[in-house]
Amino acid sequence: MIGLAQTPLVQMKGVSKIFGQTKANYKVDLEVYPGEILSLLGENGSGKTTLMNMLSGIYFPDEGQIFVNGREVSITSPKDAIDLHIGMIHQHFKLVDVFTAAENIALGLEESGIMLNRKAVAAKVREICDKYGFVVDPDQKVYNMSVSQKQTLEIVKVLYRGADVLILDEPTAVLTPQETDKLFAVLRNMKADGKSVIIITHKLHEVMSVSDRVAVLRKGEYIGSVNTCDTTPQELTNMMVGHQVSLNIDRPAPKDPRPRLAVSHLSVKDPAGVQVLKDVSFTVNSGEVLGIAGISGCGQKELLEAIAGLQSTESGSSVQYLEDDGTADELLGLSPRKIREKGVALSFVPEDRLGMGLVGGMNVPANMLLRSYTEGHGLFVNRKSSLKLAQDVVDQLGVVTPDVYTPVRKLSGGNVQKILVGREIAAAPSVLMTAYAVRGLDINTSYAIYDLINQQKEKGCAVIFVGEDLDVLLELCDRILVLCSGQVNGILDGPSATKEQVGLLMTNLQEKGGADNG
Amino acid sequence: MAKTDSVKSPLIRIAKRSDMPRWKGWIIRLIAVLLALVVDGLIIFAIVKLNPVAVYKTMFAGAFGTARRSWASIREAVLLLSIGIGLAPAFKMKFWNLGAEGQILLGGIATAGCMICFGGKIPNWLLILVMALASIAAGAIWGLIPAIAKARWDTNESLFTLMLNYVAIQLTSYAVARWENPYGSNSVGIINQNSMDGWFPKLFGQTYGLNVLLAIILMVAMYAYLNYTKQGYEIAVAGESQNTARYAGINMTKVYLRTMIISGAICGFAGFTAVAGADHTISTNTAGGRGFTAIIVAWLAKFNPFVMVLISFLLAFLGNGAGEIASRYNLNDYAAQMIEGVILFFILGSEFFINYRLVLRGHEKEGAKA
Repeated sequence: MIGLAQTPLVQMKGVSKIFGQTKANYKVDLEVYPGEILSLLGENGSGKTTLMNMLSGIYFPDEGQIFVNGREVSITSPKDAIDLHIGMIHQHFKLVDVFTAAENIALGLEESGIMLNRKAVAAKVREICDKYGFVVDPDQKVYNMSVSQKQTLEIVKVLYRGADVLILDEPTAVLTPQETDKLFAVLRNMKADGKSVIIITHKLHEVMSVSDRVAVLRKGEYIGSVNTCDTTPQELTNMMVGHQVSLNIDRPAPKDPRPRLAVSHLSVKDPAGVQVLKDVSFTVNSGEVLGIAGISGCGQKELLEAIAGLQSTESGSSVQYLEDDGTADELLGLSPRKIREKGVALSFVPEDRLGMGLVGGMNVPANMLLRSYTEGHGLFVNRKSSLKLAQDVVDQLGVVTPDVYTPVRKLSGGNVQKILVGREIAAAPSVLMTAYAVRGLDINTSYAIYDLINQQKEKGCAVIFVGEDLDVLLELCDRILVLCSGQVNGILDGPSATKEQVGLLMTNLQEKGGADNG
Repeated sequence: MAKTDSVKSPLIRIAKRSDMPRWKGWIIRLIAVLLALVVDGLIIFAIVKLNPVAVYKTMFAGAFGTARRSWASIREAVLLLSIGIGLAPAFKMKFWNLGAEGQILLGGIATAGCMICFGGKIPNWLLILVMALASIAAGAIWGLIPAIAKARWDTNESLFTLMLNYVAIQLTSYAVARWENPYGSNSVGIINQNSMDGWFPKLFGQTYGLNVLLAIILMVAMYAYLNYTKQGYEIAVAGESQNTARYAGINMTKVYLRTMIISGAICGFAGFTAVAGADHTISTNTAGGRGFTAIIVAWLAKFNPFVMVLISFLLAFLGNGAGEIASRYNLNDYAAQMIEGVILFFILGSEFFINYRLVLRGHEKEGAKA
């Protein structure tokens, strides 16, 4: 355990960072000791990443001091941070796709001279890998790597530069449960070697399993730190949110489920001709939540976009909307507008909120118009009804914004998502599709979104919920469809499925007669 | 500051401002113009040893000294305004229409052709109407070609529109050769000099009254189009994100084609006002770089046609005033362009100070000394 007499490896004292009127960090104190794994926990927008960016030289503090090994330092660039042996692995990888692993590692290093000494780099990479249990092929090109491999490469890159303090910004957001376990094993090896690790996350079970100590931020301010062995997820949540929160997700039993949407033999090829969805068939019922699990990029996006009329499909594919009276309408081949004009209330909350679901530079009423601006006759847009809708959404979902005329880009992630979900729900959908509806959202907002989804379910809406957090999928969904390599690898019953079952189906494609690549 | 202070913050840091009230932004822009004048004054004095104040007076006199000069500036400004209005929908859609030069020339060729072919054969009002329609059609076609290529084959519209300018210049040379008057002069000369067929009639007793009126109509119409119509909404969405446009069910091909027809048509129409309402001739200089200058008009005004009026007048004033000092003080054109350049540089630079502020070392909220 950490003795009080020990000098912190890194210490931040009274550090503040202010963007315009937003206090991203306000007088934060933080210490990291040698050989410990520290979780930095906080809701979205609580300033975790900003704080760490000040350690890694991306931002410079507006006030406060930073000490490394007891000496006050000034970190004005990522190079300063490296010189102080601080390395950060960002959420968005900073790698050159067309370079090999070794080239990426050597990139920007002064010692490497004009010519790249590939052998020396490869040898040192191998040494690091052996020491901590990584697997990296120095000659592999980055564009051939999986997300998990890229992340490993980023970590090796930082270690290669001699980092003693590693900062990882939400490293598990893109990993499967198995990959997460591997990462944690590596982190424990580093800790055993005397290195310090700071891990930013808002997944409580990961905090509990990997870290020695937890520091909590709330609204840019430092709340306190506790030893992981002395705390519980409930206590951490309360620290993070500032009040008591219930951690259970409701799952009301489906009422009168009837087939609503039938997807059959859906196949999609991407522009490069690669098969991203292969012979996908399933049915969604009214009044139920169908979860879709899978590692990232295994066809979820294409599946939802195909149903929404945004994706061209191979012949033989079919998506039928089934009315209660038994009539079936084919949706494939129709544009989103045609689907709407047909009277099918299909709502879609896409993964890319500001890049697809909303227009970042427009205010709330203008964004409400996105799906309905063609309504009404004549040349002109009817802005009155959209203003009313905007005000309703802001009031009912508790969107925090100066007023409805603020461009949505300026709002925080959770508020952006509330506006998007609010608009899609206002259309009284009979089918609601959500992709990563709570990605990057804090606990409060996440639960608000789950509630909205359950409300729609109880109204008889058929909900398709594409998720990445298996705990949430298992608690929220009535059935879980697992995609693997663009194929349906199994449909599990929500209440009885286990995490291990889902994780296995996500990574191991079951042999199916006829439907296999061979 | 203490010598032993090894911990230094950077000398100057850039910090993002919180939202600034609009009037404050305008004060900053005004200060930028004044500062630009001071810097210009220093340059003038340093290089040619002239009294800057006298030079500025000359500049102002060159642009607004007499009624005739004022009208020349107004004519120039409304022409820039019309072209800027034409470019606005394309640029708002993030379709980089660098082909206004060509679209203006095509409109000009169509106008001159109608003047020469139909002058004296049909009533004057009908002639002007035919000229207007012909110029609109010609500009629209010139705008439509790159849009089709973009929609069909996803070509780069900047290069495509830019290259079409050269084609338009060649077409203009050909037209000039066809309509040469007098023979051998290698120019078209003033068309219908005696009959004044197809010339803009005087409006409110002013030679350029009609030019002004047409620009005002365009301005109001474009403002309404961009801000209140469904098509304007589609342009705004498409310009921000193509994926969002797809999601909303907007047919991008249709929007590209339609918007470029409108953009090209207005630029062609601007060519019509330049030929029928001002030059009464056609040459490869009819557009004279205004197709590019108007990009500044459209962007600086953030596509608001009413703000474009201000910018067009500023640029017209700078252009005409700079020309005057060049001839009066026997400086070459570059001196005038330097003055113009410094002022534009400061105006563009002021946008940075509206969005960001600089923090000097030791001027943080709590002093560095302790």
